[in-house]
Amino acid sequence: MKKFGIFALFMVILMSFTNSTGYQPGDKATDFKLKSVDGKMYSMADYKDAKGFIVVFTCNHCPFAVKYEDRVIELAKKYKPKGYVLLAINPNDPAAAPDDSYELMKVRAKEKGFTFPYLFDEGQKIYPQYGATKTPHVFLLDKNLIVKYIGAIDDNVEDAKAVKEHYLENAIAALEKGQEPSPATTKAIGCTIKVKK
Amino acid sequence: MRYFRFILAIVLFSSFTSNAQDLISFKTYDELNAYLKENNSKPLVVNFWATWCAPCVKELPYFEKLNQENQNVKVILVSLDFEKQVESKLKPFLKKKKYTSTSIYLADKDYNTWLPKVDKNWSGSIPATLIIKDGKMTFIEQDFSNYEELNTYVNQTITK
Repeated sequence: MKKFGIFALFMVILMSFTNSTGYQPGDKATDFKLKSVDGKMYSMADYKDAKGFIVVFTCNHCPFAVKYEDRVIELAKKYKPKGYVLLAINPNDPAAAPDDSYELMKVRAKEKGFTFPYLFDEGQKIYPQYGATKTPHVFLLDKNLIVKYIGAIDDNVEDAKAVKEHYLENAIAALEKGQEPSPATTKAIGCTIKVKK
Repeated sequence: MRYFRFILAIVLFSSFTSNAQDLISFKTYDELNAYLKENNSKPLVVNFWATWCAPCVKELPYFEKLNQENQNVKVILVSLDFEKQVESKLKPFLKKKKYTSTSIYLADKDYNTWLPKVDKNWSGSIPATLIIKDGKMTFIEQDFSNYEELNTYVNQTITK
């Protein structure tokens, strides 16, 4: 019994470490039903023919996310014809980040001409399951919603032209070839996801 | 010799008059790391922040107060601002605040390489704080609500 207790304790500790970071590559991601700026609800299940999904946790207020906005718009355009659906999700609670309200999401999407759904994680139920911790934070899923890549879009927030490693695009290219992306995870700076205290 | 005395007088004078710290710039994390290793006479409280990060700016006064009031530690503020905003935002901000804490600008944008060197579990959100005592690093990826919370956390960490 004592041995089992130690084993159980060990498992709990192990699980608390692995759970704290949300999904890892290889995990199956949850689908969602979230409202976009057009007032309609979107789920990944709606896209029967998709080859994969680019889920981007992003928002209006974060200057780091804003630096990547134009690149997200280009990615959506570039990969849509190739069968990859880009879904942007704002994970912030507007009570903590007033610029990220649903109404202001609509304004931003119109200003920038988003061609992809810009979804509101109302009640903040989805981002903790993914383990998103910041904006921007990207999850690439295959058509079966298996997580293939987690992290940054590329390695230069300041200057899209000076990028050396296109992490996300390289990951999509690997998927296209039936390979596992490498690296499958990358790190980058970002704004914390805003939760009302 | 007279010339030397003159220089010495100037150096002494300037060290008395300038309380606010000049901004030190490093191109890479390895340069910053070398600097931290050289300046380890006291435990270091290294705060990663940026002018564009609202929760970071909010907690900076707590770190400055810590630098002034807690004699057991030295505070180092590491800005991760965008390079284009160093002159337009970061420097004016620091000039206005006149912090006594050491201010460093870290230009290294290869986050995927250097973030794990600070802490393997750092997801990349800021603010984040690193406490270094006798080479032992304690990392916390969250903000502090007030000075007391920060001071208590730092004291507990350096006396562990």
